[in-house]
Amino acid sequence: MKLSTSHLLGIKDLTKEDIELILSTAQQFKDVLQRPVKKVPSLRDITIVNLFYENSTRTRMSFELAERRLSADTLNFAASTSSAAKGETLLDTVNNILSMKVDMVVMRHSASGAPHFLAKHIPAAIINAGDGINEHPTQGLLDAFSMIEKKGSLEGLKVAIIGDIMHSRVAQSNIYLLNKMGAEIMVAGPPTLIPKYIKEAHGVRVEYDVMKALEWCDVANVLRIQLERQNQPLFSSLREYNLAYGIKRSMLDKLKKEIVIMHPGPINRGVELDSDVADGPHSIILNQVENGVAVRMAALYLLSPKSN
Amino acid sequence: MKSILTEQQVSLSIKRLAHEILENHLHLDNTVLIGVQPRGIYVSDKIVNELKQLTSIDKIKYGKLDITFYRDDVRKELKIANATDIPFSIENKHVVIIDDVLWTGRTTRAALDALLDFGRPATVELCVLIDRRFNRELPIHADYVGRTIDTFPSQKVLVHWKEKDGRDDVVLV
Repeated sequence: MKLSTSHLLGIKDLTKEDIELILSTAQQFKDVLQRPVKKVPSLRDITIVNLFYENSTRTRMSFELAERRLSADTLNFAASTSSAAKGETLLDTVNNILSMKVDMVVMRHSASGAPHFLAKHIPAAIINAGDGINEHPTQGLLDAFSMIEKKGSLEGLKVAIIGDIMHSRVAQSNIYLLNKMGAEIMVAGPPTLIPKYIKEAHGVRVEYDVMKALEWCDVANVLRIQLERQNQPLFSSLREYNLAYGIKRSMLDKLKKEIVIMHPGPINRGVELDSDVADGPHSIILNQVENGVAVRMAALYLLSPKSN
Repeated sequence: MKSILTEQQVSLSIKRLAHEILENHLHLDNTVLIGVQPRGIYVSDKIVNELKQLTSIDKIKYGKLDITFYRDDVRKELKIANATDIPFSIENKHVVIIDDVLWTGRTTRAALDALLDFGRPATVELCVLIDRRFNRELPIHADYVGRTIDTFPSQKVLVHWKEKDGRDDVVLV
């Protein structure tokens, strides 16, 4: 058995079997991470470059840790401190790096489709670590892994994705993945932050009242308001956003059931999520971060290059 | 196709291997048995069952080890990982690794590396149902052997189990 694709550009390109294979392999790596020696020699002799054209804390560290736990050699590249600042093109930069015998590229870029462009032009395996407002496949996979860990299965699970759907690659990857795995999806938030035809495009429910979304769902995946991608005002103020769409402890206390709160980070505390929710018993935010390493180990392991 | 072990011989070999292990590890109190995933488990399950009947000890320390992430051929083909389940410490224990076929020795090398990541055992021994003694690529030998056979590299040793293949036997093709 192997993946049907040689790059991980988006969940869109994966089959249900691919997703199941990545998640079951991630479970084995999660077990490895509980051992006295948390490192395996699987990718010895594989060199991986982490190409970050956009800022990141969690994803970059998570990938780097995953690579080291697999014994791969890693190179780090941050656009702000590199020759990209001197005007070198993406393709030139990558070809220069590859001529130093690099096997895999982990890439984050602010332009949607940048890793897809690269995949057409270079021989190395590419893992998308977030491209613009398109996809963030490893985040989608680790969210799924965390949901399964908490709720047992995705089949029939009711997942509400709440907040800035418009600018969120996490939302897009989650929607593709949850649809393929048979979950029910609702997106909720202010009308200005929900794409107009998302219902038709993805077959998801749309709700503008966050309380109703919480009443409906088993899992609420709350997204960050991405002010850096909004080039016009889409809501009046952060304070008003919090009043109308923020998740507060009092809302969770009103529910007749236990729901799970997730967030891909970084959290704008007091905007989309209040601190007593983010740090409360419903939250599995730190489990998501922990699972991220295992899921990325699985993706790297399954996509590592084969010579035959 | 040539028969190496019939159903009866497989069962007798497993009984003998269990006896031999017991001979060297009389009370099994400081000994742990580790089956190698995926196909070594069929042998180790049966040896452990045999040992339970022989000793009436039901707390035999028995674990399963997956070596996928320790292979040296990751660039050749993708192997899918199985579960590793070693619910005890192997520190200072006498470990018996159990597998179905020993040939090049590379799986055993990977198993040793994987095992040592769980701690520092006092000793490690190897128990196999079939030892293909030619074409070893690493200095590895088995301490308990069901049957030693001479084979060409082009030949294949197939070990069948009732649970998976409908019959217990070993053939050379």
